[in-house]
Amino acid sequence: MSNYADVVIIGAGIIGCSAAYNLAKKGCSVIVLEANDNIGNGGSTRNGGGVRQSGRDPRELPLIMYGIKNIWPTLSEELGVNVEYYQEGNLRLGKTDAHIKTLQGLTNSAVSCGLDVRMIGQDEAKAINPFLSNEVLGASWCPTDGHANPLLTTLAYYRKARQLGVRFFTGEKVIKINKIKGKARQVVTENNVYEGDKIIVAAGFASRSILNSVGIDVPMVPVLLETLVTEAVEPMFYQMLGTAAADFYGHQSTHGSFVFGVNSGMEPYAKPGSPVSSSSAASIACRGIMSYFPALADVKIVRTWAGWMDSCADHVPVISTVEEVPGLVVACGFSGHGFGISPTVGLLLSELAMDTKTTLDLKALRYERFCR
Amino acid sequence: MVNDRSRDIGEFVPAPDDDMIICRCEEITKGEIRSAVHDGMYTLTDIRRFLRTGMGLCQGQTCAKLVKGIVSRELGVSPADLEPATARAPMRPIEMKVMANDLNEEVAKHE
Repeated sequence: MSNYADVVIIGAGIIGCSAAYNLAKKGCSVIVLEANDNIGNGGSTRNGGGVRQSGRDPRELPLIMYGIKNIWPTLSEELGVNVEYYQEGNLRLGKTDAHIKTLQGLTNSAVSCGLDVRMIGQDEAKAINPFLSNEVLGASWCPTDGHANPLLTTLAYYRKARQLGVRFFTGEKVIKINKIKGKARQVVTENNVYEGDKIIVAAGFASRSILNSVGIDVPMVPVLLETLVTEAVEPMFYQMLGTAAADFYGHQSTHGSFVFGVNSGMEPYAKPGSPVSSSSAASIACRGIMSYFPALADVKIVRTWAGWMDSCADHVPVISTVEEVPGLVVACGFSGHGFGISPTVGLLLSELAMDTKTTLDLKALRYERFCR
Repeated sequence: MVNDRSRDIGEFVPAPDDDMIICRCEEITKGEIRSAVHDGMYTLTDIRRFLRTGMGLCQGQTCAKLVKGIVSRELGVSPADLEPATARAPMRPIEMKVMANDLNEEVAKHE
């Protein structure tokens, strides 16, 4: 079988799979190379599933707003798999006056970007979610936010891309990219050499060393993300939840289980290597969750897991072509909030790789923003 | 090991026992597991993420070996070639109110 394709994508996470699907749909031949044995083994299948606009950096906001308007509502039909998308709003909760002030600041900046988000008091918050504790003083409320199942969405993109003829190779770790006649063209793995007219690097934190092989550096570090899931219980509410204190985030899934992400504060100091849950995170999460939702005290935790975020120096991704390296397209540094924007990013990456005009302006997410 | 996810494993052929429940916590059938392999889910971790096998209350303690056998037969490989999916804490389901106990506070109570 030929090792050549129009586009070679490094990384079979949701970004790589979404890009592969969009390219294949437009008639490109695509090869996707994944270092791990499993599809989407990084942040793609380990995140909290948020599809939210509120709380986003203004540079990223147009991407998520586009996705929520144009892609997410019909994604299940498009991919032939129910990705469990809910658009039931996002409540970002506050328990102190300082929290409310933080939320007001976030809300003001989102409103100035054209987002439908507003502050609500305790009564209105409780009307939306009757399970909230009396400790909650207020919230920001974005009715068009939501969540989806990140495992299913990632694998649905993979499945559809594969059906359209995209060739995926797992266990195929990329060592470097070689330039031929001044253009990025060859991708060298531990076992093989692949060639493409265009190369998309979407390998999470591993993108850094791969990009270094052609002299490009994106300043980012791996930061641990920790998540837990409960047993299935009867449907209670389907809003996406977050807090001003950032002590937890999450939602109830179609399955009936609650998926909650947690910040223990120790993430930057996590043990390197394969991501492992810390011994304290689930306990910290439970304390936080119960103070907002006392009704969940008897719900059982069945599983905890962790993953690496590719945390970029300015907390938004690089989605960019590279002037010094023609043929190269970079998509990394998603900083823990890449899932919601991944359908839009896949579309934009297909446009960058095909040298067509991008649907959205990507100037603010270019790689040279760190060269000042 | 490089795994070509487009290699030919033959067509999905329906079988009389496809309705048999394999993962009883999540009620996943043999036919769903076999069909997922033909959808490209070539590892036990892919299968688990796609179908929820082994993600219920028993965490795969009942079905993990059965799923492994079905997937290996469908792929035409030895079960020994399939990596098991990762076991995750806690080993038994634990109520949030118990998980939330602070060890330092518990110790202080007994001092």
